[in-house]
Amino acid sequence: MSGRAKRRAFTRRAFLKGIGLGSVGATVLAAPPSKGTRPAAPAGTGRTLGPGAVAITLKVNGVARTLRVEPRVTLLDALRDRLDLTGSKKICDRGECGGCAVLVDGSPVLACMMLAVDARHRAITTVEGLSTGGRLHPVQAAFIEADALQCGFCTPGFVVAAKALLDEVKTPTAEQVREALGGHLCRCGTYPRIVEAVRSAAGRKG
Amino acid sequence: MRRFAFIEPPDLAAATEALARGAGKAAILAGGLDLLGEMKDRIIEPAAVVNLKTVRGLDAIRFEPDGSLRIGALATLASVAAHPRLGREYPAVAQAAQSVGSVEIRNVGTVGGNLCQRPRCWYYRSPLHKCLKKGGDVCFTTVGQSRYHAILGGGPSYIVHPSDLAPALIACDARITVVGPDGTKDLPLEQFYVLPSVRLDHETILKPGEIVTEVSLPASASADGGTRSRFLKFREKDSFDFALVSVAVALRLQGNSCSAARVVLGGVAPTPWRSKEAESAIVDRSIGPRSAAKAAAAALADASPMSHNEYKIPLARTLITRALLETADQGTGLAPS
Repeated sequence: MSGRAKRRAFTRRAFLKGIGLGSVGATVLAAPPSKGTRPAAPAGTGRTLGPGAVAITLKVNGVARTLRVEPRVTLLDALRDRLDLTGSKKICDRGECGGCAVLVDGSPVLACMMLAVDARHRAITTVEGLSTGGRLHPVQAAFIEADALQCGFCTPGFVVAAKALLDEVKTPTAEQVREALGGHLCRCGTYPRIVEAVRSAAGRKG
Repeated sequence: MRRFAFIEPPDLAAATEALARGAGKAAILAGGLDLLGEMKDRIIEPAAVVNLKTVRGLDAIRFEPDGSLRIGALATLASVAAHPRLGREYPAVAQAAQSVGSVEIRNVGTVGGNLCQRPRCWYYRSPLHKCLKKGGDVCFTTVGQSRYHAILGGGPSYIVHPSDLAPALIACDARITVVGPDGTKDLPLEQFYVLPSVRLDHETILKPGEIVTEVSLPASASADGGTRSRFLKFREKDSFDFALVSVAVALRLQGNSCSAARVVLGGVAPTPWRSKEAESAIVDRSIGPRSAAKAAAAALADASPMSHNEYKIPLARTLITRALLETADQGTGLAPS
């Protein structure tokens, strides 16, 4: 952690997490005693995880992270609530808005509609993993230059999907950008500038 | 979402066994898009989820030496849409796959999942409505909003089948393979779907423990085999949406004369809706604006709209006309502006 980050002793997120602690404790106390989290699967039927929490390893932004989750936890909730990677946003939670997009093995997917246990053994990239050494990814820089956001809540999903597009198509047409980002909603309506930003990022070196 | 055990079977036998042991309380996970949506809304609450992705080889797309095509149930929609030879030989299937959802959805969604997805009806999806399909005693569309519902084949439930791939595959004469406790079944995809008057709790013949493993397409339905196919979809939101109406056509043409036709509609009925009326109206005729419009009218002759979905009739007619004309290179059927 950088010195600057350390000095930020009070953040909005830390505050929200702090006031949530009481209810987390209550939930834990109310939960029935666990009867062992891994029921043994009969021979030949394969592996069974859960229903209780199981230890899994997720490879996120190049780093292997081990965490305990119940199988019902989505990749999005695991990233946001367990690994503190809150760039991917939980908006519709039904695969209809694109706010939670992350890259899995380089392809954009919706983290809200994938189970965390289902993302083991895959390479996950979130928006936090796009910048290198404090330097913004060209798509991120282009979003700022083109003023391609207003409230910014949908932006991480757009940026991640745009990065995947540019990895595949070096200089996409406006139509290709619209098609690739078609699953993302921006309620501020910044679409024209988003298309402009993605096209201006094309060909730039990261 | 309720808690569940996550089972990773090494092979199909283990998967069917895990499903059978779950006795109706075990669900199959492929891409998971439809399943997780249902679980989040507590439409279903399985005690176990069986992940088919640990079974090897279910995602293959391969052409046989005789020119027929096999698509594994776990092939993603993106891989179907991007397969060059598939796109050349069975364009309707590639176009249908490309029309599903968004990039993110196609990267994860599978062929089997698209074919087996549950209805999008807002009453079915609503945790607050115990509709006919969920064991209640009323189809709320008959008293409520029916704007996205059936105009053909409805009753007692008026859902429409949401799959885009199914009409295209049925137009291309696809068969489906199902593996279960009783062994392997192979049947025309058209017969895989059943109307609510036959079965209310599910849209297919699938029984607990049965798994869709593959669809196969005959060489005769391919471009190389002399068939031209095309898929058109009309949606309310153009960027990504389910079909208001879709149509898939597959035609064998000699010059402009049609010797065989398959016309299948999506978004209009509780199952993919094959219109033999449209097919017999066009076979042995040359395809032009008048014959295409006649075939389209025949397809909708028996339509009975509900309170809010009469618009689907002209929409379906127009799409059928366009699909027939475009497939036969006879323009789009649109009046010049």
